[in-house]
Amino acid sequence: MKKLWLTLMLLFLFPGLGFACEGDCGNSPWAVLDPKGPIAMDTKHLILTAFGLMLIVVIPVIIMTFAFAWKYRASNNKAIYTPKWDYSHKVELVIWTVPAIIVVILSVLVWNSTHELTPEKPLASAVKPMVVEVVAMDWKWLFIYPEQGVATVNRLVIPTGTPITFHITSDSVMNSFFIPRLGSQIYAMAGMQTRLNLLASTAGTYRGLSTQFSGAGFSGMHFEVEAATPQKFQDWLKDTKNGNLALDNARFKDLEAPSEAEKPLYFSSVQPELFQSILKKYAPDDRQHQMPASHKSRPPPVQAQK
Amino acid sequence: MFQSEYHSDLFGRLTLSAIPYSNPIIMGAVGFSAFLGILILGWITQQGKWGYLWKEWFTSVDHKRIGVMYIVLAVIMMLRGFSDAIMMRLQQAYAEGAGQGFLPPEHYNQIFSAHGTIMIIFVAMPFFIGLMNFAVPLQIGARDVAFPFLNSVSFWLTAASAMLVMISLAVGDFSQAGWTGYPPLSENQFSPGPGVDYWIWSLQLGGIGTLLTGINFFVTILKMRAPGMSLMKMPVFTWTILVTTVLIMLSFPVLTATLFLLTLDRYLDMHFFTAGMGGNQMLFTNLFWIWGHPEVYIVILPAFGIYSEVVSTFSHKRLFGYTSMVYATIAIAVLSFVVWLHHFFTMGAGADVNAFFGIATMIIAVPTGVKIFNWLFTMYRGRIEFTTPMLWTLGFIVTFTLGGMTGVLLAVPGADYMLHNSEFLVAHFHNMLIPGALFGYFAGYSYWFPKMFGFRLDEKWGRRAFWSWLVGFYLAFMPLYALGFMGMPRRLFHYDNPIWQPYLLVALAGTSLIAFGIFCQGAQLVASIRNRASLRDTTGDVWDGHSLEWSTASPPPFYNFAKTPRVDTLDAFAHMKEHGIPYRSGAPFSAIHMPRNSWIGVAMGAFTFTFGFAMVWHIWWMAVTSILAMLVLIVMRANDKNVDYMLSAEEVARVENDIVCATPPATGGLANLDPITQG
Repeated sequence: MKKLWLTLMLLFLFPGLGFACEGDCGNSPWAVLDPKGPIAMDTKHLILTAFGLMLIVVIPVIIMTFAFAWKYRASNNKAIYTPKWDYSHKVELVIWTVPAIIVVILSVLVWNSTHELTPEKPLASAVKPMVVEVVAMDWKWLFIYPEQGVATVNRLVIPTGTPITFHITSDSVMNSFFIPRLGSQIYAMAGMQTRLNLLASTAGTYRGLSTQFSGAGFSGMHFEVEAATPQKFQDWLKDTKNGNLALDNARFKDLEAPSEAEKPLYFSSVQPELFQSILKKYAPDDRQHQMPASHKSRPPPVQAQK
Repeated sequence: MFQSEYHSDLFGRLTLSAIPYSNPIIMGAVGFSAFLGILILGWITQQGKWGYLWKEWFTSVDHKRIGVMYIVLAVIMMLRGFSDAIMMRLQQAYAEGAGQGFLPPEHYNQIFSAHGTIMIIFVAMPFFIGLMNFAVPLQIGARDVAFPFLNSVSFWLTAASAMLVMISLAVGDFSQAGWTGYPPLSENQFSPGPGVDYWIWSLQLGGIGTLLTGINFFVTILKMRAPGMSLMKMPVFTWTILVTTVLIMLSFPVLTATLFLLTLDRYLDMHFFTAGMGGNQMLFTNLFWIWGHPEVYIVILPAFGIYSEVVSTFSHKRLFGYTSMVYATIAIAVLSFVVWLHHFFTMGAGADVNAFFGIATMIIAVPTGVKIFNWLFTMYRGRIEFTTPMLWTLGFIVTFTLGGMTGVLLAVPGADYMLHNSEFLVAHFHNMLIPGALFGYFAGYSYWFPKMFGFRLDEKWGRRAFWSWLVGFYLAFMPLYALGFMGMPRRLFHYDNPIWQPYLLVALAGTSLIAFGIFCQGAQLVASIRNRASLRDTTGDVWDGHSLEWSTASPPPFYNFAKTPRVDTLDAFAHMKEHGIPYRSGAPFSAIHMPRNSWIGVAMGAFTFTFGFAMVWHIWWMAVTSILAMLVLIVMRANDKNVDYMLSAEEVARVENDIVCATPPATGGLANLDPITQG
């Protein structure tokens, strides 16, 4: 028992000591601050910058609280006491303008970073992006590789250095698709398609998950992400294509039955247009959730594709 | 659990199998609650207090009594909501890897859904509504609220809805869709049982009670202020309540309508928010937070008002920057309506929309920051007494500033894409609601307690409670911030990452320390009642207060003021004391127009409960009967001519004389005799 507590204490102080770590081995436990791709890297810098800017106000507040409380304690008769002093132009000016200036700076940061990091924005890269279609199901993740004609459940394999465009929807309730080490999350919603662009720059095994509570099997709704070098990715693709499990209508019906903590599955072929048919199931006509036509030239982030 | 199609005319879909016999934890909780309930009811019977309770409390339309009843309700519900918290912490502390914890997911999911609903709707709301009921009419020099009977109805609607949540423990189950109840998860397809319906009806009926209270206090504050009290001479707590009532009136109808649409989906197979068939789940999310975000400020602004009163009183100094405070409060209220989308930046609204809502959210940090600096400059060059209310306030300032910082971080959409729905978010909003709102209510409770009951609360137990809560809070929630950075999502009932476990164990230890804090608060109440003779406040002005409530006796007579006070300045009572203006003037008195107690509020509450219960279980005859009964009650009340009476001048003189006999002569400057303010 004593040993257990010692281990726990050590773990608390130095979480880097981690042992068995379920698809996340060898990585720092601070998933959000341990970027393995450009989006997560930018986000980490954004978090640290915003944090630093806010400390300009937060630290003085905390110091002032303690200093004033101590100095003007009732028993300190030496301190000045001005019971009727209740207004000062100078103080008011400072306390309105300093926070306002910081918020103006933060606002510029927000405007720029939001446009930079918005999930539907394609990543600048010389490499041609690869599309992965993601379907949140009860309670597992289905990944379809439309260009490669394969699919997986609860395991995502991607080539490093290649921008990945995820097309995301749900075959059930709302979920949120998130790979902390690669960056941004986005909701998966039935009848709608959200887009997310990520890139893994370092090879490794990372953890992906749903962050939006989705019912009884929610806790088991995570998956392994393997970022493999392009060569290894091609090998994996070949192996998968040589498999004998096909994702046809019947198999998909089986998948739709709620199940928890599924082991990874690999499908050597996928019924064509499966992703579109899942979308259409919930949005039978194209009047649904259509964004205004004027919405820039980018594909609308949320739209049912006919 | 309840997927049978069984339906009878008499009992709807209610069958004996709705009682979760097989779950020892739930049955234990039910048994324990029932035991406590029987114990209390038995004690009341043995003391022969039923008549007293009925006549003096349940049927009362006196805002002070209703205020106390609201606070009692909030405290009872806090014990329930806190038990849920302990169970969640226990589950998460041990449900790692091979450990499964002690709760099955369907029970765990009910617990966190109930915890959120209860803490927001049935703890935070009734607690501040109780405090405002008690203090606002006294602060503005009024004899009661504008609509005393309506006030009683509001209370009983809230109590009935709280009962509905409690009964869900024993009969059926509660929602497993989170306190936000997002569709499609909360639709029939995914949540067929009565759980979501309990959630809908308790929120809906309680929400109507809150809306009525909002209207009542808005009118009270605008129309019933003492002569001379212009808006900019109102005590700052009253100001925050005025702004809060505006928020209530503007936002609660949105909740009512949203829940009504979800009700139509669930009861009449409509498709407002379903997945498919033309439903749009994003619509619910938007509507819910159009109510939900102002709701955050509804619970926090009154606490800000309390902090302002407390800081000024215990620094023995005027509030710094009163005008600034008022405008900051109004600015926060206006901005609270244009930030709702920050609850779901990750829905895919696009960069322009997300950036707009991110920036709008950060702008709120400016008036909030101004308030914090104003409190600090109130302390500056003051004479600070570290009484319990002041300790809560100091703990609030430091801790809330940290929470504000994490809030601004979450308002940056880019950062939110990483931290949304994580334990970081859980830590953030608890950081706002516990030190932000709850500490304020606790400060208000110990600040106004002597006014409510005529004796102070024990300081020693008060300090113990404060330190346990404060340290417990840091232990319980700082690890959750860390877990957010480790990528742990909220609402997990099981995980397989041993690195997270030590943090969750520390969080459990923190929650246990908070439990000890709650114990200290119980002990404080018991010790204070026991030693009430030595804690007695005979002056009515126990803290050397600034506003009119301190000019009355403690406890105030049921008509509050024998003569309506005249107000010339801000801090009206401090002005009276300073200039020796007599504030409890003697004869001649004149007759006072008073409202009569009414049993109809209690009856409305009872039928609200039966209506909610009937709707949950589809017992249509009972729902229709309850509605008809309520209509009859309304007609009866409308035709009742005997709703008020004149309290004769002689009677007023007699009551005032009793007060004077019990206390030293009340004239200006009296408070200086008080031992507390002598330090």
